Amino acid sequence: MIVDKKVVANIAELAQLEILPENMQEFVDSLTDVLNLVEEMQSVDTNGIEPMSNPLDGVQRLRSDTVTESDQRDYLQEVAPETANGLYLVPKVIE
Amino acid sequence: MHEQSISQMLDALDRKEYSCEELITHHVDRIHQLDEQLNTFITHTAEQAVTRARVLDTARAKGEAPPLAGIPIAHKDIFCTEGVKTSAGSHMLDNFTSPYDATVVEKLQAVGAISLGKTNMDEFAMGSSNENSYYGAVKNPWSETAVPGGSSGGSAAAVAARLCAAATGTDTGGSIRQPASMCGITGLKPTYGRVSRWGMIAYASSLDQAGTLTRSAEDAAILLNVMAGYDPKDSTSLFMDVPDYTQALNKPIDGLRIGVCQEYFGQGLDPDIESGIQLALKMFESAGAVISDVTIPASQHAIPAYYVIAPAEASANLSRYDGVRFGYRCESPADLADLYQRSRNEGFGTEVKQRIMVGSFALSAGYYDAYYRKAQQIRRLIKDDFLAAFKKVDLIIGPTTPTPAFKIGEKSEDQISMYLQDIYTITSNLAGLPAGSFPVGFSQGLPFGVQIIGNYLDEARILNLAHRLQLETDWHKMSPEEFS
Amino acid sequence: MPRADWEVVIGLEIHVQLLTQSKIFSGASTRFGADPNTQACAIDLGLPGVLPVVNEEVYKRAVTFGLGVGANINTRSVFDRKNYFYPDLPKGYQITQLSDPIVEGGEVEIPLADATKIIRITRAHLEEDAGKSLHEDFHGQTGIDLNRAGTPLLEIVSEPDMRSSAEAVAYAKYIHQLVTYLKVSDGEMSQGSLRCDANVSIRQFGDNELGTRTETKNVNSFRFLERAIEYEIERQIGVLESGGTVNQQTLLFDPDRGETRPMRSKETSRDYRYFPEPDLLPVEIDQAFIEAIRQNMPELAPQKARRFAEEYQLSDEDARSLSADSHLADYYEKVVGVGKDSKLAANWVRVELLGQLNRKNIDISETPVDAKELGYLIARIKDGSISGKIAKTVFEALWEGEAESAESFIEANGLVQVSDSSELQPLIDSIIQNNPKQVEQFKAGKTKLMDFFVGQVMKETQGKANPKQVNELLNKKLG
Repeated sequence: MIVDKKVVANIAELAQLEILPENMQEFVDSLTDVLNLVEEMQSVDTNGIEPMSNPLDGVQRLRSDTVTESDQRDYLQEVAPETANGLYLVPKVIE
Repeated sequence: MHEQSISQMLDALDRKEYSCEELITHHVDRIHQLDEQLNTFITHTAEQAVTRARVLDTARAKGEAPPLAGIPIAHKDIFCTEGVKTSAGSHMLDNFTSPYDATVVEKLQAVGAISLGKTNMDEFAMGSSNENSYYGAVKNPWSETAVPGGSSGGSAAAVAARLCAAATGTDTGGSIRQPASMCGITGLKPTYGRVSRWGMIAYASSLDQAGTLTRSAEDAAILLNVMAGYDPKDSTSLFMDVPDYTQALNKPIDGLRIGVCQEYFGQGLDPDIESGIQLALKMFESAGAVISDVTIPASQHAIPAYYVIAPAEASANLSRYDGVRFGYRCESPADLADLYQRSRNEGFGTEVKQRIMVGSFALSAGYYDAYYRKAQQIRRLIKDDFLAAFKKVDLIIGPTTPTPAFKIGEKSEDQISMYLQDIYTITSNLAGLPAGSFPVGFSQGLPFGVQIIGNYLDEARILNLAHRLQLETDWHKMSPEEFS
Repeated sequence: MPRADWEVVIGLEIHVQLLTQSKIFSGASTRFGADPNTQACAIDLGLPGVLPVVNEEVYKRAVTFGLGVGANINTRSVFDRKNYFYPDLPKGYQITQLSDPIVEGGEVEIPLADATKIIRITRAHLEEDAGKSLHEDFHGQTGIDLNRAGTPLLEIVSEPDMRSSAEAVAYAKYIHQLVTYLKVSDGEMSQGSLRCDANVSIRQFGDNELGTRTETKNVNSFRFLERAIEYEIERQIGVLESGGTVNQQTLLFDPDRGETRPMRSKETSRDYRYFPEPDLLPVEIDQAFIEAIRQNMPELAPQKARRFAEEYQLSDEDARSLSADSHLADYYEKVVGVGKDSKLAANWVRVELLGQLNRKNIDISETPVDAKELGYLIARIKDGSISGKIAKTVFEALWEGEAESAESFIEANGLVQVSDSSELQPLIDSIIQNNPKQVEQFKAGKTKLMDFFVGQVMKETQGKANPKQVNELLNKKLG
């Protein structure tokens, strides 16, 4: 896997991260280093091994369908950067 | 009084040697005098702490004090605290006051423990030196040119410097055990799911686990009794009873089967650390434990698996930091993309951004199977190796870190060598096993710990062995001269 | 090439809002119409440190649907994260089910103009809804309301089995009827409880390969669905016939312009980086869970229509019409329960009640005439105590809210039919006496005049005389 600026730019787009031109090389290098570090995994035979996403292979307990939350809009919006009429504001979105 | 353990403090409070207010004020004063040089706290809550201490003194006078009333603790700034800034060490959350408490915070508060503030940490728990904090590096109380370890560096240093009796931490790849080792204190990461993650800011959800940084195994048992347990708000918390961890502390270790993990004694291990651990093993053996070798062959793939899984989960967990509902928002965004991209670039530090990039890459189209899925398969191989080993032994022992605390700045330019710091600790995160680090010596004037890994839910046995160690040695009682 | 040479291939993804009190992963209310963000709790907002917990009811509804379409219920299902950035998606990922959905397979038989057709279901999976972007001007900004965020959805994915917009609409309507019947959803389309994404492609008849498809998202009415598909078919034919190629893209239907257009911003990238949601564990349900739901499955529309035809001796048309909507069917059965005349009840419900509801554009759930009251009217018609005509007057009064109950209105206005012969006999005697000419003509064979005599009696009694009784008495007297 060769990591170049194009690869980094694509991933940055997915991750919605701005990468300034002066930092680009640093990101190329770091991604390259980490991918080299993890490359070793490819030598491991994992045929037929079930991937483990939870260490204890537990199962979900379901919650009963009851409303437990009341309106806390004003309180929760105290930490919001910009709101109006109870709405969160963002720059104009065109669908 | 700051040299006392939690149980000693509780005794003293009971005997009215001092009041909660005196105990809290004493620690608040120490923080005031000593923390400027260490930088262990991001936020102080001295005023609330003293107020709370007075309330608890009144309760105590009426005989209504909860069990840990007045014990001075601190929370890693990754735990949400209602009405108190909760930053996760990031510029992104510098302006964030949490609207709610983490379950861990709530539980400790309910038993009367008093938080003195929020401790410094690597940003979003990503780091092994506490240098990745928006609030600056933390210094190791044993040497101000050394790092305290990370990511719970602030908590470890604060406990080591006797600024609080104990602190909470989180451990995703070693973030409790590694700083505990480097600061000469006791650090315990319980079984994955033993302690609720509600209100604990997520780094890598399937690896993150809350735990304790304390002066002793006994103190860890006291805190874990409070923190552990099923939480209906956390689907991954274990729906199981919690034993009294203090009960098992004094059990004889006669016949206890201890495995020495061969993979942990290879190249790069500091010789002082190696001999420190051998001494501990001899001590256990003479107390009746049976020592044998065990092997976890898949552990050699732990670092690669970890540095795929953790960044992948983090890349999604950190998508919510978008400048819309809370947290940092860039100045006058031109459009939506600008709002996202610039807020995230300006709000996150370099290491965090690099891990988001790695994680996004590992999950992206065409690479998922080769990276994420592969890493999750390796994870099962590691778990299987451990399960096989635990058929032969009760506990597994090895070093916590390859070296004692390194110098501030020494590894900050070399990401990969920093990642290799976690080589002995991350296997238990990947497997979800409980593990702790306990002081067993000094190398070049800096402390180090022995790591004890237990089978699932076997925290009591880890603490039993560690308590035995601490009955026979004084490493855990040593404090850095300046902070004695 | 004429349109008839093109084969249209349509598959639908229907998002159904599940009928629950609280959200899929939080305890916030799912009630419609609340002020912006008053039903968005910390979990829905994706604040730091929050965690999801799965609502049990969501699983019950999904399993109910699966059983309703004869699908395979997966006893183990897994939630995944689907990653993309959008302001109405608070966490930056949607929790959904990718490789292990709760429901797989199944099929439905949909009614078409002159036949029925089987449409296969690929899968149905659980996921959370996003919030809403409000594009009205807030100083040139967009407002975000996250009340909907975390609302439980079942996404029902069909195979590409439909061959026309009419089939697609028939299928969508069938699913709508099914989910409301099963109480899986309230089916309120005006509130966004059912939305369709239409995958449309065309190919020449005889081609085995499918053409490139477009996906028209978020169509929220059957009429728009038909128009959007029709527009898209014409557009694709136009593109191909002029030598172009159809691009695989996501479109939006603009009902004002009657056309589809590419979505500009949302989900520009298709790389969703799915992975298993580590904050949730796999959901395992056992056979007992499924069986308990199977035991309580409501009767479906086709079964109900068959039962109505048999049990109530209704025509196929009456039976189908009355069972099409579960609320209407429940109403009808209540009317029959009180009125005890299934055919009369069918007639009244279909003609009078539905007539009024349709005229006023009111849903059956909001009818001002209670089923018990209509049942009472039918019982009174049947026992002859009021005439059909009077019954209509009473119905009117009930509809307009002028009558508290049918019984009290009939009593207060003295509308009970006169069927007492001792009361009618003198009246008939005097009418015969006062109309000798008509009596003579009648006796001479002009039997049509019977209507005249009945009319006279009705006039004298202000319509309250029992027509049957009057006829009998007149016949006896004149015959």
